[in-house]
Amino acid sequence: MAQQTTGVLAPTEPTGVGMRPKRTFWENIVNFAQQKPLGAFGAVVVILLVVLAIFAPIVATDDPRETNAAYRFNPPNADTWLGGDQIGRDVYSRLVYGTRISLVVGLLSVFFGVTIGAFIGIVSGYFGGITDLVIQRIMDAMMSFPALILALAIMAILGASVTNVVIALSAVFIPGAARTIRSQALSIKEVDYVLAARAVGAGDWRIILRHMAPNCAATFIVLASISLGWAIVVEASLSFLGVGIPPDVPSWGGMLNGVAQNSLDVAPWLGVFPGLAIAITVFAVNLLGDALRDVLDPRMRGAN
Amino acid sequence: MNTYVLKRFMLFVPTLLLVTLMVFALMRLVPGDPAELLLMGFEGDGQYSQQQLDELRAKLGTDRPLAIQYLSWIWGMLRGDFGVSMYFDTPISEDLGAKLPITLELAALALLLAFVVAMPLGVLSAVRQDTIADYASRIIAIAGVAMPTFWIGILVVYFLVTWFDWLPPLGYADLWNDPWKNLQQMVFPAVALGFYNMALIARVTRSSMLEVFREDYIRTARSKGLREGAVIIRHALKNAFLPILTISGWQVGRLIAGTVVIETIFLVPGMGRLLVDSILHRDYTMIQSIVMVIAFMVLALNLVVDLLYAWLDPRIRYE
Repeated sequence: MAQQTTGVLAPTEPTGVGMRPKRTFWENIVNFAQQKPLGAFGAVVVILLVVLAIFAPIVATDDPRETNAAYRFNPPNADTWLGGDQIGRDVYSRLVYGTRISLVVGLLSVFFGVTIGAFIGIVSGYFGGITDLVIQRIMDAMMSFPALILALAIMAILGASVTNVVIALSAVFIPGAARTIRSQALSIKEVDYVLAARAVGAGDWRIILRHMAPNCAATFIVLASISLGWAIVVEASLSFLGVGIPPDVPSWGGMLNGVAQNSLDVAPWLGVFPGLAIAITVFAVNLLGDALRDVLDPRMRGAN
Repeated sequence: MNTYVLKRFMLFVPTLLLVTLMVFALMRLVPGDPAELLLMGFEGDGQYSQQQLDELRAKLGTDRPLAIQYLSWIWGMLRGDFGVSMYFDTPISEDLGAKLPITLELAALALLLAFVVAMPLGVLSAVRQDTIADYASRIIAIAGVAMPTFWIGILVVYFLVTWFDWLPPLGYADLWNDPWKNLQQMVFPAVALGFYNMALIARVTRSSMLEVFREDYIRTARSKGLREGAVIIRHALKNAFLPILTISGWQVGRLIAGTVVIETIFLVPGMGRLLVDSILHRDYTMIQSIVMVIAFMVLALNLVVDLLYAWLDPRIRYE
């Protein structure tokens, strides 16, 4: 309070008294790793998976689509590290390529879903009144469909393809993101800088896009990272059911399609490795997401 | 109490109406004319006359204005008539009547098993905080949340294959005709289905119990000389139950969605498997009905959980 008596036009003190010392990018990373060792572990696994996805053609030993009669139901050995599948494709190479689908579909659908949801949430919270009421009822209605059921219904209409899976999954994440961002928009709306922007005559959309949206960024990142694991599981479930990623594209869920009925008694590795890949990925993504939530948005601690 | 219940119902009705509108709109987004799609067949080269097309459109009701179609669909459902399956040409309500109870039994059994395993696990974890038992149950809980339900299903099948030499279909015996056999067949899918909920409930029970243990009334209960068992069950668990109930309520939708994959793996003839088959057959009227039934169940169960919550926790009623 005492500082304010110097007048509005007084230059801000550059000393930064009482402020956190400015850290470099690397110091920030080291700090994060020390505070959140599990989150850092998750981050390392996620980075490894991204590298694996990018360099899939180098890391894989075979063409994931090529069938080789000699590989059929081959147990894990020197040639086929994780065995061969029911029509003679190399499980290891298919797993490596499957990383691409899981990560790309997961990231894209979370990005689109949370972005659209966040936009709806800010608009709903900012305008309030009847707009808010109508939007919130629509979001409630969307939330009465379990994620997998909504995705299945959309896939039933659009048909199986990679793009359609992204569309279906994006729709799944809209209502949750809209609800969370709305509650944040409600509090941001009353903050001084928004009132100041309105006082100088800024229009509604300028305030929404230039002043409110950037201040929801931390929540956006947290929401996206928490949703990513879920997106990967739902994509895998769709592909497993045979209505997600088309069977010719290697995907973890697709690799498990029909395994329980057809090959588990002769080739158990077909049921084990793809599931393990999904579980490890989701586990790492969740660890990272939880840590990011604690660091970026303490208010959401304990949510979910 | 009355205003809360009234408010909660006021929220239920418009949401349900919006849900019906969404399901209706979604199924009208199907590219092309459903009647034409049906006549063309899967290969898309079927031959048909204009007369056949008109007759099928009249039968499916797609020749009428959208508003009339919507209203007659709602009116039909209110009377328990869901229309006719586009693929099998049989009344949908008969299929649902046969398959919905199987799915409900599976879901209820899964939830029951989850509670029976998770609550003692969570309590143990909280009472013996930071011991081996605590770490073990926490690892189970964390792993359970990361493992997709369908993979757990596959692992359970693998376990059955290696130990009992069983492969699905395990067959299906009617609950009322042969309850023991029915239970034998349902228990494995139910374990797989409930695993996620078990993990989640264990986690919530642990954290909720740890919180309650810090309350004054627990200290009072202990200092008046109650046995530890009585303190844990009568005083702590009773109060820790509210968050557990809330979380389980939120997870009901996920549990019902899980029946889709679990029934597919174990070849249980329930509604979930019917949904997947209908999608593969492009049986749009069937998909529409099943999605509607599931959304209704989720909405209704959420309502029940909220009312239960208000009944258990007077603070909500009188707010």
